[in-house]
Amino acid sequence: MKLTQISVFLENKQGRLYEVCALLGKNKINIRALTIAESEEFGILRIVVDKPDAAMRVLKKNGFVANLTDIVAVEVNDHPGGLAGILKVLCANNVNVEYMYGFVEHSSDNALLVFRFEDINKAIKVLSKYKIGIVGKKDLVNL
Amino acid sequence: MEIKYWNKEFETLDKQSLKKLQLARLKETVSHALRTPFYKARLKKAGINGPEDIKTLDDLKKIPFTTKDDLRECYPNGLLSVPLDEVVRIHTSSGTTGTPTVIYHTGEDIDHWTDLVARSITATGAGKSDVFQNMMSYGMFTGGLGLHYGAERVGMTVIPIGGGNTKRQIQLMRDFKTTVLHLTPSYMLHIHSKIGECGFSVKSLNLKKAYLGAEPYSENTRGKVEDLFGIDVYNSYGLSEMNGPGVAFECVHKCGMHTWEDAYILEINDPKTREDLGAEKEGEIVFTTLTRKATPLLRYRTRDLAFVHKGECKCKRAHRRLSRLTGRTDDMLIVNGVNVYPSQIEEVIMRIPQVGNNYQIYLEKEGTLDKLIVKVEIYSKMFGGDLGEIEALKEKVKIELRAAIVINAAIELHEPGVLPVFEGKAKRVVDTRQKL
Repeated sequence: MKLTQISVFLENKQGRLYEVCALLGKNKINIRALTIAESEEFGILRIVVDKPDAAMRVLKKNGFVANLTDIVAVEVNDHPGGLAGILKVLCANNVNVEYMYGFVEHSSDNALLVFRFEDINKAIKVLSKYKIGIVGKKDLVNL
Repeated sequence: MEIKYWNKEFETLDKQSLKKLQLARLKETVSHALRTPFYKARLKKAGINGPEDIKTLDDLKKIPFTTKDDLRECYPNGLLSVPLDEVVRIHTSSGTTGTPTVIYHTGEDIDHWTDLVARSITATGAGKSDVFQNMMSYGMFTGGLGLHYGAERVGMTVIPIGGGNTKRQIQLMRDFKTTVLHLTPSYMLHIHSKIGECGFSVKSLNLKKAYLGAEPYSENTRGKVEDLFGIDVYNSYGLSEMNGPGVAFECVHKCGMHTWEDAYILEINDPKTREDLGAEKEGEIVFTTLTRKATPLLRYRTRDLAFVHKGECKCKRAHRRLSRLTGRTDDMLIVNGVNVYPSQIEEVIMRIPQVGNNYQIYLEKEGTLDKLIVKVEIYSKMFGGDLGEIEALKEKVKIELRAAIVINAAIELHEPGVLPVFEGKAKRVVDTRQKL
């Protein structure tokens, strides 16, 4: 199952990241996973939130440059080699990862891994075949 | 001080003879101009149907001005007055909004131009025993080829290195005992800061003279360069529409640039009233070519501001002396000696859909050299969330700008609404450079 990630274009300017987070907080939108891809003068904030549609509306309304991307989130047991196990499966099945980031969940012993795949449908097929737990929209709220 | 002439007869003509020569050559130029569709229509309208309608030099005032826009509209061959068979070279310069301007030269035109440059070099006291390192760009930019031809004609040993590659420049200066340089003032200062890095000292070089041009600079900067290098610096003025360098050049007395009035009619014009101004009054430089067959230009408005110095020069040349340029009547920017119009930058930005229409042009000094920064806003609808895509967009803007203005600009991407919104183009330019 696909999830939506929000990418926000941010200039490297003092307080800009705070402004995004404060805006989301004020609108009761909870960030479940986050990473920043950066260059010298700008960055791209990537977030997975509990209410992506509402988040997009708020961001656009406040002049942020944002876009939605399909991603897959996977839950994996938080132990050494957990991520390697998944990557081994992906690799063996020729599924390319564009980028990924991970979080340790506090409500369980699992880690949350967010993947952006070159071919998302193929990736889901492979992950399902190997019974790797894909996170659904509802799961996201309860993480 | 010994005064050397290249062509004593023409350089020392008395005022009366010079005027007589100008009139004869103006008539010839008008008859050439009438062979072009552009001037044929324009001169007819002004009541000039042939050279016989020019009776005195005062009749020049009957001729309407020619502008850079006229040249653009005539692109590519509306101002060509000879069969293409007779043309031996073409020079184009960047236009204000993409369309370039073109100047054609016959073999004789190049010969005349070369002679003016040879005359200019000789006026500075240089000669065949000098080693001349030409550090201006070659190619379409007239600075390189113009001085190159003139220097060879004088018999100098020419090193045609062109611009850039500072370490190699310094190495060659040392190895070949270069005595005369031709470059921009900002590059000259840059060179100075690099000589030490190359393990040499200024004293180990044989430099005697430098011709500095393509960029405005002050008397202070001249003094500074002369002190730093222990050389004489001469100011040079030219523009591609008037061939290039060799239009006006300083002689050994360094008191303003002798404008070669046997080859050009010089007018200084009030930019508002169009009134002809006398000596020491600042106005727009207006030129009429007197010896160019392939592309005659009548009363061409250069958009450069300057004035003519009063009195005679000790060198006895009757050719009037032009001051340093004091400004422009338009918004043209000079970046490391290259002319750039904000509209050229705007045009590039407008045709790239991933960036918004708002932009800012920022100019600053990086050491002694100019740095051009173009700030643009990302267009939200084109944002795909990918970092590589944005880096690629920056590169695309940079490459397209380079194709249009021949300069490497630094590109800064901003969020929409960050850059100030202006009506006029000029306000989009922030120039923090300290004047040279």
